[in-house]
Amino acid sequence: MADLENSTDDSIIICEDVHKWFDDFHVLRGITTSFERAEKVVICGPSGSGKSTFIRTINRLETHQRGRIIVDGIELSDDLRNIERIRQEVGMVFQQFNLFPHLTVLENITLSPIWVKKTARSQAESEALALLERVGIEEHAHKLPAQISGGQQQRVAIARALAMQPRIMLFDEPTSALDPEMINEVLDVMRELAASGMTMLVVTHEMGFAREVADRIIFMDEGKIVEEAPPAVFFDNPQNERTQLFISQTLQH
Amino acid sequence: MKNRLPENVSEKIPFWRDIRVLRVLFQVIFLIGVVLLAGILYTNMLRGLRGLGLTLNLDFLNDEAGFGISEGIAYDPSDTYLKAFWVGVVNTVKVSIIGIACATILGLVVGIARLSSNWLVRNIAAIYIECFRNIPLLLQILFWYTTVILQLPSVRTSFTFFGSVFINQRGIYLPSPQPTSGMKIWLGCLAGGLIVAAILYLVRLRKLQQLEQPGFPAKWALPAFLLVALLGWFLTPGKPFTLELPALRGFNFGGGIHLSPEFSALLIGLVMYTGAFIAEVVRSGIQSVVRGQWEAARAIGLNEFQTLRLIVLPQAFRVIAPPLTSQYLNLTKNSSLAVAIGFPDLFNIGNTMMNQTGQSIPIFAMIMMSYLCISLTTSAYMNWYNRRINRIG
Repeated sequence: MADLENSTDDSIIICEDVHKWFDDFHVLRGITTSFERAEKVVICGPSGSGKSTFIRTINRLETHQRGRIIVDGIELSDDLRNIERIRQEVGMVFQQFNLFPHLTVLENITLSPIWVKKTARSQAESEALALLERVGIEEHAHKLPAQISGGQQQRVAIARALAMQPRIMLFDEPTSALDPEMINEVLDVMRELAASGMTMLVVTHEMGFAREVADRIIFMDEGKIVEEAPPAVFFDNPQNERTQLFISQTLQH
Repeated sequence: MKNRLPENVSEKIPFWRDIRVLRVLFQVIFLIGVVLLAGILYTNMLRGLRGLGLTLNLDFLNDEAGFGISEGIAYDPSDTYLKAFWVGVVNTVKVSIIGIACATILGLVVGIARLSSNWLVRNIAAIYIECFRNIPLLLQILFWYTTVILQLPSVRTSFTFFGSVFINQRGIYLPSPQPTSGMKIWLGCLAGGLIVAAILYLVRLRKLQQLEQPGFPAKWALPAFLLVALLGWFLTPGKPFTLELPALRGFNFGGGIHLSPEFSALLIGLVMYTGAFIAEVVRSGIQSVVRGQWEAARAIGLNEFQTLRLIVLPQAFRVIAPPLTSQYLNLTKNSSLAVAIGFPDLFNIGNTMMNQTGQSIPIFAMIMMSYLCISLTTSAYMNWYNRRINRIG
């Protein structure tokens, strides 16, 4: 691990020279970085820069073909047992929510505790209700996903991920599919989660959220990390030309 | 509320521009057309029948049929035409029900295999589907009959499995269970076992409810029942039933269960053909579930099997059920191709009856009504099933 000069004992995720190809297309071209416990990192960059693919490799929804990823001491490989352990440690929230349409809000949340962690149903349900209260939609517990708004669905998706009591939460453009007036209710939940000390990796275009919540911002382009810096430095004194262009374009409106 | 309207708003619309009038008018014209056409056809039929010296009635059904039927429920050539027809109905229903059950299992397995990540499994499934889906069913049934089953070894040199299953050019012979005097004692044991099993089932169900775990409530009851059944088997004086083995008697096998070459060929043909279509229905149903559902299920830690069972199949079945119904109906109707290999199904026997009596119109009507009844029953059941899975969640 010679080139991991930044990783410390407190690193919960260590990535070392991660490469990925989709057939001939080289999506990730050598990502080396690490994330500390309770760190909040926002990953941004133009579309097609590989930022979504990168966070999806961290819970192995995408496999990497070269390099190493170690999450909380578990090396990501083709070992089925490791993959199962990782999925319980890492929660994920998707752009399209991906709630299970045939199950109620409550069932969406209790499914995994009951089937994977073998929690007793009543306990899983009371924990789920507590989570729903935390994200502010306990009154919709017995509705189907189609009966609630997009913002509410995304908050259910966050509650569903939290139900496994993960140590790390991945957010893949969580507000991109939402109507503008619903973005804040989701960001509020994420702010509260950040304040509670969760390790968070967030792919987002919400630069206001990034400036306010992130400890560090990673800017990616063409499958590489172009720049990583605390928000103050990133927004006010970006070093890379590509980053400067991106910031000037996103902050214009 | 008194808005002033222009004076001419209630001007009378001429009827040829009035939609309300036109709607009724077109329906009346259509109805008259249908009645006229039916009338022409009916008088034409009556004229034809008069020319042949026939009258329209069902009296012939009580006459002696006088022809033999190779297989089916108990029947004798001296029975009536009605009885002969009923033998055909039962044969059609039999081959349809067994065919639907086998084709569903085959289709489900192949449909899932078609999406396997294993190259070999995926491609074998694809080749099977493309071959059997694209060759006419009549050809396939004739193929199974003439080039596979009729080419099997003769009766004296038949393929033998475990000394009890015989396959030869006269069909497939399976052992059949025959009750003996010990049967009653053993049935008593089974009843006792059932009571024990029921108690264990309830205890386990209660326990699962207390633990609040998803589980298999029959986990204790099933082995307990099997144990009692086994104990009873050995404690019963003599055996409760014996397996009657097919045995070579003279020039042919007797005893046991016999599947004729015609029935076997028809069943294999229908199952292989419809199974390929059902596999495609299952595949498209599974693929209709968006990729995000798989990803979300994996992200919360469900394994492949749990994802399929809890997330994907419940959603896929809503898409699968309607086209699956039409495949079931197709199988039933396609069973009429039995006539090509001489299996005595509904259509085949109806055909013989028409040739003997000349009463083609009532017999055609009876055949049509029979298929209609079978099909409507099938779709009524499938519609009920479809409504049920759509109501849950």
